Amino acid sequence: MNRSAESPGPVVGVLALQGAFSTHLDRLASLNVKARPVTQPEHLKGVDALILPGGESTTMSMLLDTSGLREPLGDLFVDGMPVFGTCAGMILCASNVLDGRPDQRGFDLVDVTVRRNGYGRQLDSFETDLNVAGLASPFHAVFIRAPRVEHVGAAVDILATHDGVPVLVRDGTCTVAAFHPELTHDTRLHELFVAQLNGN
Amino acid sequence: MSSESTGTFPVKRGLAEMMKGGVIMDVVNPEQAKVAEDAGAVAVMALERVPADIRVDGGVARMSDPEMIDGIQAVCSIPVMAKVRIGHFVEAQIIQSLGVDFIDESEVLTPADEAYHIDKMAFDVPFVCGATNLGEALRRISEGAAMIRSKGEAGTGNVVEAVRHLRSILGDVKRITQADEAELFGWAKDLQAPLPLVQEIAQTGKLPVPLFCAGGLATPADAALAMQLGADAVFVGSGIFKSDDPSPRAKAIVEATTHYQDADILAKVSRGLGAPMTGIGMDEINVKYAERGW
Repeated sequence: MNRSAESPGPVVGVLALQGAFSTHLDRLASLNVKARPVTQPEHLKGVDALILPGGESTTMSMLLDTSGLREPLGDLFVDGMPVFGTCAGMILCASNVLDGRPDQRGFDLVDVTVRRNGYGRQLDSFETDLNVAGLASPFHAVFIRAPRVEHVGAAVDILATHDGVPVLVRDGTCTVAAFHPELTHDTRLHELFVAQLNGN
Repeated sequence: MSSESTGTFPVKRGLAEMMKGGVIMDVVNPEQAKVAEDAGAVAVMALERVPADIRVDGGVARMSDPEMIDGIQAVCSIPVMAKVRIGHFVEAQIIQSLGVDFIDESEVLTPADEAYHIDKMAFDVPFVCGATNLGEALRRISEGAAMIRSKGEAGTGNVVEAVRHLRSILGDVKRITQADEAELFGWAKDLQAPLPLVQEIAQTGKLPVPLFCAGGLATPADAALAMQLGADAVFVGSGIFKSDDPSPRAKAIVEATTHYQDADILAKVSRGLGAPMTGIGMDEINVKYAERGW
């Protein structure tokens, strides 16, 4: 995992405790962005931004504790590290989670209330086209047992909605999606996230 | 712009993607389902008897009572899977109507059709099917399976067959990436599999859907072995609730599946788990479930 210090460009860590982390790593690789899986605290050294992938939020929440990653990640987020959370990642970033497990804890990075599995079971999972702020043409989005945003704080930017419900929002340096941009080959949302890092 | 499609292949495959790096646990009642979810399972497989008991009891093994599946769905917030017999598309229709998240067309139950597997394209719910080799895996994918699990030998607590099947599938995937265009026709013929799927493997170097490992895993080391051999995630059936102390073992297997490359963590989570399920040798069993299906 040693990265040479002189190589330019940001390094994106992808939380790899469970879920669709390898597809995120594939998308970043296709953009020639340096990326690495993160499963332990020492993997965070030299990481400039983090992606929290889709998967089971309850499983990830437990593994955040057993891996010792919860504290160091929380510290980095407080210091303003940019974060992109998708699906379960959105749940981990939300300030308020409904229908979660009582012992499930997140990072409170985005002022939203989300309902876990708010769209229903797998039979209600769907794909659809979204208009996304800043993108010239629609983005095809796959929703899998997705969290549903039920309330958005005043300071939160809504970047996309579906049937009037926010599905892509940004609060400061943290962007969260209810859907899975890593499941399609459209890398525009990953590009926007990386552009944000280069802009800093 | 609000047109949306449900039950498509990307939506089915998407749920399989979300379970990667996780552990799917067999449970036979709501109490076990809670233990599994508390331990960090990514999904539970609801069934009436774990494979170890099906082996002992003999007779015909069928889908579970819908009431039993309802009971497990009521206490679980993670995805719930359920098994149907190979070829029994009416059991699948019933299970889908219950709102189950994934159907396992499973050789652990007694096959209902000796010629045909279920036409899985006809369903909105995703299916997982077992396979012992790449040809079998690709035939199931061409029928619509959104996930493949290497079969192993369920209910034995013996990982040897799981290793054999995983090595067979992934070994052929590797060999296909070395083949030239003309040889791919031969591969499709030998595997008795659709040429486009063989060509896709040649391009991507991967099975077209996630490959999970099942059948005989009983310890954290077994789970890590499957992951190091190249599985995307693991199923643990009898291995958890047939052991002395299911809850810590379940949690240890979850941690081992995440940190499968770190021997120090594997050593730590393997300590003091009590006795695993006893297990049986392959020469001691009468029926090989893995030979069911084609």
